[in-house]
Amino acid sequence: MAYQPIPKDIANLRWPPNLVDYATVRSQFDWAAAGRLLAGLPNGGGLNIAHEAVDRHASSPRASRVALRWLGKNGERRDITYCDLAGETNRFANALRGLGIGAGGRVFVLLGRVPELYIAVLGALKAKCVAAPLFSAFGPEPIATRLAIGDGEVLVTTEALYRRKVEGIRERLLALRHVILIDDGPPVAGTRRWRDVMIAASDHFTIPPTDPEDMALLHFTSGTTGRPKGAIHVHQAVVTHYVTGLYALDLHDDDIFWCTADPGWVTGTSYGIIAPLTHGVTNLVVEAEFDAPTWYGILANERVTVWYTAPTAIRMMMKLGAAAVRGYDLGALRFMASVGEPLNPEAVVWSEDAFGRPFHDNWWQTETGGIMIANYLALPVKPGSMGLPLPGIEAAIVERQPDGSVSVVDRPMVEGELALKAGWPSMMRGYLHEDERYRKCFAGPWYLTGDLAKRDGDGYFWFVGRADDVIKSSGHLIGPFEVESALLEHPAVAEAGVIGKPDPMAGEIVKAFVALNPGYAASQALRRDLLGHARKRLGAVVAPKEIAFRDNLPKTRSGKIMRRLLRARELGLPEGDLSTLESDER
Amino acid sequence: MTETDSKILIFEILSDLAPEADPATLAGDADLREELDLDSMDFMNFVVALHERTGIDIPEADYGELRTRDGAVAYLARATQSAGERHG
Repeated sequence: MAYQPIPKDIANLRWPPNLVDYATVRSQFDWAAAGRLLAGLPNGGGLNIAHEAVDRHASSPRASRVALRWLGKNGERRDITYCDLAGETNRFANALRGLGIGAGGRVFVLLGRVPELYIAVLGALKAKCVAAPLFSAFGPEPIATRLAIGDGEVLVTTEALYRRKVEGIRERLLALRHVILIDDGPPVAGTRRWRDVMIAASDHFTIPPTDPEDMALLHFTSGTTGRPKGAIHVHQAVVTHYVTGLYALDLHDDDIFWCTADPGWVTGTSYGIIAPLTHGVTNLVVEAEFDAPTWYGILANERVTVWYTAPTAIRMMMKLGAAAVRGYDLGALRFMASVGEPLNPEAVVWSEDAFGRPFHDNWWQTETGGIMIANYLALPVKPGSMGLPLPGIEAAIVERQPDGSVSVVDRPMVEGELALKAGWPSMMRGYLHEDERYRKCFAGPWYLTGDLAKRDGDGYFWFVGRADDVIKSSGHLIGPFEVESALLEHPAVAEAGVIGKPDPMAGEIVKAFVALNPGYAASQALRRDLLGHARKRLGAVVAPKEIAFRDNLPKTRSGKIMRRLLRARELGLPEGDLSTLESDER
Repeated sequence: MTETDSKILIFEILSDLAPEADPATLAGDADLREELDLDSMDFMNFVVALHERTGIDIPEADYGELRTRDGAVAYLARATQSAGERHG
């Protein structure tokens, strides 16, 4: 292999790693015992994520510790202690009750990384509502689809986002009862102001008994076909959040932790909100978008100790060069992790040069709720590998059989589908309203991830690609169907096929192939019109970055567009089995 | 580059990246990424296009100066001036 493993010298670390003897911890681990690391609700009242993340610290010596340190994009700074956070989340829980939202009610947030987002999510969990964070860069269509699938009753957003993205789709959202705007201003029809609902609410609230299997979070993810899927997570998931914070992120009591992900994606919720707070550490929240020098300044000034970020950002930092890191005092930084898509080995090696320590890649997905496979502080890092399964997680490479079962592939470095033995606490409990699609994710005892991977002789896993057509761009999963549907709404478009085109920065970018209706001709003006159309509906992160015109797209006999073939041709790869091809690309 | 040339160029590039928006209505000090809904890839493509159309080398460390229209105009003016001095 071209890249040598990066050895670790753990003798000189400031704090001993939480996981040193991987084999022993793994062999002795069991989830029931891990569950006892959490407090549980008083008087045997069950398990509630918000109690573990907030209230149990607020009634402990940690009460005056900073839970959220918020850095606003205009230089604002706000510290919220665990005690403050308990009061504010209580207020929001009471506010929801005051609005008539009961247990199980779906509370969506469409916000940038602002304090109200964290208060709304945790307050909703206290009220036993289901919290569903949406990415604020989504356009109106992805927002409408997700609110509709999730039966959103409450939406917390800003006036600007509401006017730009929600007002126009509001009439389609029959379940949506309340829209709460976090900013102040004159009344906007059909909405309430955060200040008004909060001021009337008490800051005392007792979390009702919560069954660990009660639905807590709804995270949307994309499939190859059909609508996005709402993955259901329950309060029990907090056990995984805690354990992975312990072992994969090595959280210690005095850490200042920074997860750069937006809570609109699962990483930003599991690790941008829940895991650090369950450990009672200070969780840094940065509102501004990526900018390398700004980030280095934050790492230095805020004395960040554990940093969890994503490959696209790391590759952009790499482009800026290691010299740019040198002027900053990063002496506090002791552990760096990455997730979103495979971190290329060059970036791992570069990070060791630039930061004096490597990024630790790890792997998981919306459905798994938490980190499943990771590189660890105390263990050698194999650049380009996603690492070893967490204690409590059994991972395997499997091959699907014609009868629907799977067989485990034991030989090292053989490519197959990555599968996980079902039953860890943060495993999704369903796709909302989509039982059939949920059942298809399992074969016998195995959850099938849809990712292709291989395992080496030491047990390290290596990502190969997706088994389906889902696009991974800047760490976000994008369903080609959602993009194609938006393009097809344009009068000029007869057919659309959308693929992920490899990109050195983003991993993949969204590329669309379109065939036009009679009366329309390919032109630069039409290309711009289509792009604008797609961006207006989907938002920047989902809309295509490239649009190519074709006279005809390759299709099967049943008329299904063969994305696989479009992609193979785009990449100059072998075209594979063409027996189902009925009508070829022109 | 004159201020007008720079503005026209910036509008053209932004209209390619975000055709649904009207860059002409943009305030000079507004954050381009926010106002025009540009993600990090779009913003990088904006910088790359500025480089391709002007020949000016824009190191990553300077990206922050290009976040507003006025910032980008000033940057292009400075860069072409210093290039002129070197060549003249």
